Amino acid sequence: MHISPVLWQFLMKWLTSSALFPREASTIAPQTDALYFFLLLITVIGLVLVGGLVFGFAIRYRQEKSPVAEQIEGSTLLEATWTIIPLALFLICFVWGALLYFRIYNPPTNAMNIYIVGKQWMWKAEHPGGQHEINALHVPMGQPIQLTMISQDVFHSFSIPDFRVKREVIPGRYSTVWFNATTPGTYHIFCTQYCGTKHSGMIGEVTVLTPDDYKKWTENSTSGMSLAQNGERLFASMGCNACHSGSAAARGPNLAGVFGSKLQLTNGSEVLVNDAYLRDAILNPSQHVTAGFAPIMPTYQGQISEEGLIDLVEYIKTLQTNYRVQQTLTTSESNQAAPITPGVVKP
Amino acid sequence: MSATSSTIVNLPDQTTATLPKRNYINAEDGMLSWLLTGDHKRIAILYLISITFFFFIGGAFAGLIRLELLTPQPDLVASDTYNKLFSMHGIVMIFLFLVPSVPATIGNFVLPIMIGAKDLAFPKINLLSWYLYWIGGLFTLAALVLGGVDTGWTFTTPLSTHYLNTHVVTAGLGVFIIGFSSIFTGLNFIVTIHRMRAPGMTWFRLPLFVWSNYAASILMVLGTPVLAITLVLVVLERTIGIGVFDPTKGGDPLLFQHLFWFYSHPAVYIMILPGMGVISEVISTFSRKRVFGYTAVAFSSVAIALFAFFVWAHHMFIMGVSNYSALVFSLLTMLVAVPSAIKVFNWSFTMQKGSVTFETPMLYAFGFLGLFTIGGMTGVFLGSLGMDIHLTETYFIVAHFHFVMVGGMLMAFLAGIHFWWPKMTGRMYPESLSKLAAVTTFIGFNLTFLPQFVLGYLGMPRRYHAYPPEFQVLNVLSTAGATVLGVGYLLPLLYLGWSLKYGAIAGNNPWQATGLEWQIQSPPLTENFIETPVVDYEAYDYEWLANKTQNEVTTVG
Ligand code: HEM
Ligand SMILES: [Cu+2]
Repeated sequence: MHISPVLWQFLMKWLTSSALFPREASTIAPQTDALYFFLLLITVIGLVLVGGLVFGFAIRYRQEKSPVAEQIEGSTLLEATWTIIPLALFLICFVWGALLYFRIYNPPTNAMNIYIVGKQWMWKAEHPGGQHEINALHVPMGQPIQLTMISQDVFHSFSIPDFRVKREVIPGRYSTVWFNATTPGTYHIFCTQYCGTKHSGMIGEVTVLTPDDYKKWTENSTSGMSLAQNGERLFASMGCNACHSGSAAARGPNLAGVFGSKLQLTNGSEVLVNDAYLRDAILNPSQHVTAGFAPIMPTYQGQISEEGLIDLVEYIKTLQTNYRVQQTLTTSESNQAAPITPGVVKP
Repeated sequence: MSATSSTIVNLPDQTTATLPKRNYINAEDGMLSWLLTGDHKRIAILYLISITFFFFIGGAFAGLIRLELLTPQPDLVASDTYNKLFSMHGIVMIFLFLVPSVPATIGNFVLPIMIGAKDLAFPKINLLSWYLYWIGGLFTLAALVLGGVDTGWTFTTPLSTHYLNTHVVTAGLGVFIIGFSSIFTGLNFIVTIHRMRAPGMTWFRLPLFVWSNYAASILMVLGTPVLAITLVLVVLERTIGIGVFDPTKGGDPLLFQHLFWFYSHPAVYIMILPGMGVISEVISTFSRKRVFGYTAVAFSSVAIALFAFFVWAHHMFIMGVSNYSALVFSLLTMLVAVPSAIKVFNWSFTMQKGSVTFETPMLYAFGFLGLFTIGGMTGVFLGSLGMDIHLTETYFIVAHFHFVMVGGMLMAFLAGIHFWWPKMTGRMYPESLSKLAAVTTFIGFNLTFLPQFVLGYLGMPRRYHAYPPEFQVLNVLSTAGATVLGVGYLLPLLYLGWSLKYGAIAGNNPWQATGLEWQIQSPPLTENFIETPVVDYEAYDYEWLANKTQNEVTTVG
């Protein structure tokens, strides 16, 4: 549907100020709203049509006016009409909705990744630079942001109404959603999947900053360690580097450059190494034995928190050559043991 | 009763009229004769009393929920209590009211008579299903009295299995048992419709009410066992930790969602199809015309029933199903919307060239058409993938299903109760009061649930105990509406009770309708027909009715 931009702006201003309409704060929002208005339009037309027919016939053929009913069997032509027209309209909604869905759920490749961990009853955000936030999320405007999300306990659902995005946060698997915020300001984050006692308290705020402010924010809230650096320490302290040392004699495969590659497994299958695969390989190693290696890796189920797993995955992502693995070996010999991972993962 | 020309009510002379001396109500005396009865009509009455009881319990919870939501702060009840309130409201309304409502009460009463049978195929199983309903109901009440459940009516894992210390097992068993009651009802209907039709009552002479209950019965028999299995798995997971839904044991939490919605999507059609049957009867009767496109309406019920099994994943569009499966389920969802749209137009055109009157059931049917259209169209919003992302899990969902289930089904149920009340009790309800109730319900309903669509688009999540202050105005409107709606529901309880004693004597066929049930006395005899009727006319044949002589009815004086 094409509405002139001026008219659109005017309409939006009027609606937003009337408090009957959410703010439009992402690139997706106007697209969702356009579909919404189309759906609203056909609903109103349908309702007027049905209302008109019902009241029209009821009044025109009320008993005083029409004491004797004339029996009619039906009409193939009419029936075909009211089958085909709704079908056509619904198919338009289907195609339009599907295009939008693919746009909302397929992140652009240049998106900046932020991790979200859902937990009864808070949202934890982990920025690549190592900044942590709880029930808050700071993002730069004008840049695609991808959220990689997982739940530590029950189903949650991450929703930012003003961006028109939402996605279920599922225990045991990563889900993603992306957005590109257009207007600085703060917006609600809601948990929309019922998750127990304080479900309605599981809310937060996303703050959209200009790129400059965002830079300032990252500098001011840095912990000094990026996710990958945390992961590196964990890698050493959990003993991963004993086997994944990267040398030819190592008992485990070399992890350098493994992210994004296709891996041959002993059972003959081939997998694409992504976040979800790495997480699963750490938790259920016996199900993913790389071809040429013995199934000797122990499971880390229950020993590493979701945040720890994220750190490890981020670390493995950064390993492009053997050089980093060598460095880890050195680091681990120094006295820098990683802190005990907080909160053992619940079932 | 005003006998203006705008009414077709055809009452016996009130000065001399009396109820038939012998009928199913006074056939046997004593409480026990009711509790051990095999008569489908008496079982229908037992069900009617039972579901009314549960409806008002569920309604009381709704009232408390709305009262809490009057202010943004969590001030009336604690979070735990609030969660238990909406869980019990949902469980009671869905499993103890909506699912059995039309089939177990109206269906039980009129369906055998409509096809010319003396009873259902298995009277004892029919009684058993009422007992199962109550055993399940008592489990549910026990869960409530012992401290409640707060899983929501959806029993979502792993919340229900690992994270709640409430009475999930008790409530789960309750719903499990109620499920069998609905399986038995469905089975009974299917066999009855296949085997016990009177001579001449061919498939295409069946009233549409029978068709739609037939379709709903298929769903009950095929869908409910899946719910039963799911609940057993939840209970086993909770008690001994079998791990089918637990990712740390190699299970999959999404499996629960698939299993649950595989039942619960078809379940919404279990709820709405029988209601559609009522609407067909009512509109036809008060237009004095055969339903427009009888065959299309009959087949669309069966089509809806079969398609209903292939759209469950539209409850999971945001849950990490693959984009392509989302695509397929969205398309199938759009396809099931079509038969519903067809029916709405068929019902409207039934009035064309008819002779329309505006009795209370007809007013409820008009309400149904409006509200069901809104409910159905907003379903298209949700079936449209990109739109669903924003709308799902918000108050838009709450509004949508209340429009379909409460606006649609409950309107149909009330239409049906008023329509067959004279047959069930032999007496009329007070017409002006009942019209007032119908209008009050309609206004209250819209006031309650229209604001919730807007709240949903603004993003207010469902199942929230407290909410940001900017949502308050719309919530206040909704609560005000709920008050009006509550009055609308209480009125029938009062005047229908009153009419049992003081209502005008109805006679056999006050609406001059064509169904077989209207050709016998009101209230009917225990055996319905003294002689098995022979059907030699089509369904809704008003010309046949006009030619029929007045005395051709089986009354035993
Ligand atoms: C005065 C009438 C009613 C009002 C004001 C009302 C209000 C509500 C509200 C506010 C919720 C949402 C709770 C939440 O998400 O926090 C709800 C949920 C629900 N209502 Fe009603 N309701 C009414 C009548 C009914 C009726 C008559 C039925 C069924 C026949 C029904 C079935 C349900 C169901 C199944 C849920 C879902 C519960 C859940 O979220 O788990 N409601 N109702
Ligand atoms: Cu949550």
